Amino acid sequence: MVAPGESVGDDVARLEELARRIRVEIVRTVHKTGVGHLGGSLSETDILTALYFRELRVRPEEPDWIDRDRFVLSKGHASVGLYATLAMRGYFPVAELLTFDSLGSRLQGHPDMTRLPGLDMSTGSLGLGISAAVGIALGSRTLGRTNRTYALLGDGECQEGSVWEAAFVAARYGLDQLVAIVDHNRLQQYGWQGDAPEHRLPPEAPGELRAKWAAFGWRVIEIDGHSMAAILDALTQARTGDGRPIAIIATTVKGKGVSFAEGRYEWHVKVPNAGEYALAMTGLGETVDATEEAAR
Amino acid sequence: MTLPMGRAMREVFGDTVTELANDDPRIVMLDGDLGSSTKGETFQRAHPERFFQMGIAEQNMLGVAAGMASVGLIPYISTFVAFAVIRPLDQIRVLIAQPRLNVKITGGYSGLFTGRAGKTHQVVDDISIMRAMPNMVIVSPADDTETDQVLRWSASYAGPVYVRLVRDATQHLFDSSYTFKFGAAVPLRDGADVTLISTGAETPRVMDAAEILATRGIQACVLHVPTIKPLDVSAIVKAAERSNFVVTVEEHTVIGGLGGAVAETLSEHRPTPVHRIGMPDVFGESASNDDLLQKYGLSADRVADRVATLKASA
Repeated sequence: MVAPGESVGDDVARLEELARRIRVEIVRTVHKTGVGHLGGSLSETDILTALYFRELRVRPEEPDWIDRDRFVLSKGHASVGLYATLAMRGYFPVAELLTFDSLGSRLQGHPDMTRLPGLDMSTGSLGLGISAAVGIALGSRTLGRTNRTYALLGDGECQEGSVWEAAFVAARYGLDQLVAIVDHNRLQQYGWQGDAPEHRLPPEAPGELRAKWAAFGWRVIEIDGHSMAAILDALTQARTGDGRPIAIIATTVKGKGVSFAEGRYEWHVKVPNAGEYALAMTGLGETVDATEEAAR
Repeated sequence: MTLPMGRAMREVFGDTVTELANDDPRIVMLDGDLGSSTKGETFQRAHPERFFQMGIAEQNMLGVAAGMASVGLIPYISTFVAFAVIRPLDQIRVLIAQPRLNVKITGGYSGLFTGRAGKTHQVVDDISIMRAMPNMVIVSPADDTETDQVLRWSASYAGPVYVRLVRDATQHLFDSSYTFKFGAAVPLRDGADVTLISTGAETPRVMDAAEILATRGIQACVLHVPTIKPLDVSAIVKAAERSNFVVTVEEHTVIGGLGGAVAETLSEHRPTPVHRIGMPDVFGESASNDDLLQKYGLSADRVADRVATLKASA
């Protein structure tokens, strides 16, 4: 097991175990608080695990450390995934996750940097965070700092025009210390209907994201967003700059790790009931404490 | 009797922010492809490494400003109000106002004077919009002297500031002995018949209107309100008490701007009838500055006529 607060380097097995535990906390938080965006939090989990437990130069005990790498959750609605990751990394107690989205909580529905130390930007309205990340990267470079800046976007979010304003300007300034990761889970909240009501078309056609980011002057790396080894490798590649900002397009599955939610658009924002919770936990290799459930 | 013309506010913007940056390495400028209009070009010549062309992409520009502020820089925005406030309003709301990031939204070309660009570029609802936004402060200077001082103050204030600037030369109101005080309204003239409350470049015209009214036997008390948010409540109540007859005047819609703020304030603190002079609930149009002021009743003589009429029918 890995203790919260630890960086684990390149140990893929330990990172995978951490990602599993983060998924458990995501499902538990959404179930017990009755709110939260489950699907996108589960699709981004492996990426966040790789970032916070291997890649980012951060100090959870000193969240305002000036030379830290910065991370912006541009897809701010998937905040539960980020909170669970930050808790496991030691930014705050895991138990605090159960305050999510309740009055007075530091864990607001969408990330609020004025409340929770460790958040590098407030986000929530889609298409905005990537611009802030461009500003962080450009500002850091202007100040002579060597930190790197990472932003995580949704593929649905890439429909926002401001994303492409940011992409254009980042390339114009050659921000090769900026990495945008697209959680390409191929579903958005509601989207375009496909062959049947339960079938939804992906936010972009296959290959469209690669073509767009490349056309905007970014260096594109495509990976399986659930292969820990592939994520680590892509992040390693991204450390070496060639004058272009880096877009990692990570193909993922919405609801990953929870059988009944995988690939289902309805689980964008939906709360598992008691039966679904038990099923999800079993699937993630956990047992639901019966007394805990009865006490609910 | 008419106040003399001063330097154009945009010239002051270019010069003063450039000067501020000489002493403060945190100050940067983000331009939305209008530096040649806003006089951001002055900054670029002096500090090319801290001038960032953001292209015609203002939503991103305000977001970039937020990111830069989050790492310790102090960004000043160089574009027109239409593109500094209206276009990127969501970025201002979520990335700047909510986290209280230290961005200076210096919007040029406010009000009716846009170099004859017409209604698309004339913004007369920015005060209403920005006033309703928590954490935002709004400053609307009257002339070159005050613009210089407001900009200097803005660099020392830690948080988002909206500075409402106009394109053209405005009448010179304040001499070098003037000191801008954030949050304080400025009594400019005393008179017991009518209280005129104004802001921005309308204030010098209101001072001229007060002179015209005096020749007609109406003595006006004039209160200039450079800081629209937070509002100087006690100064407004005091000015209202002077005449019990209040007229607000602004180069802005009568809905929700200075007139709205004054009416809200007085209705709570000292109920007094408030007449609002400003843009009626219409969009503007292309015309010369003088023609626009005449048509929309904001020139000194039109303001004086309107106040005299209101007073006569009171």
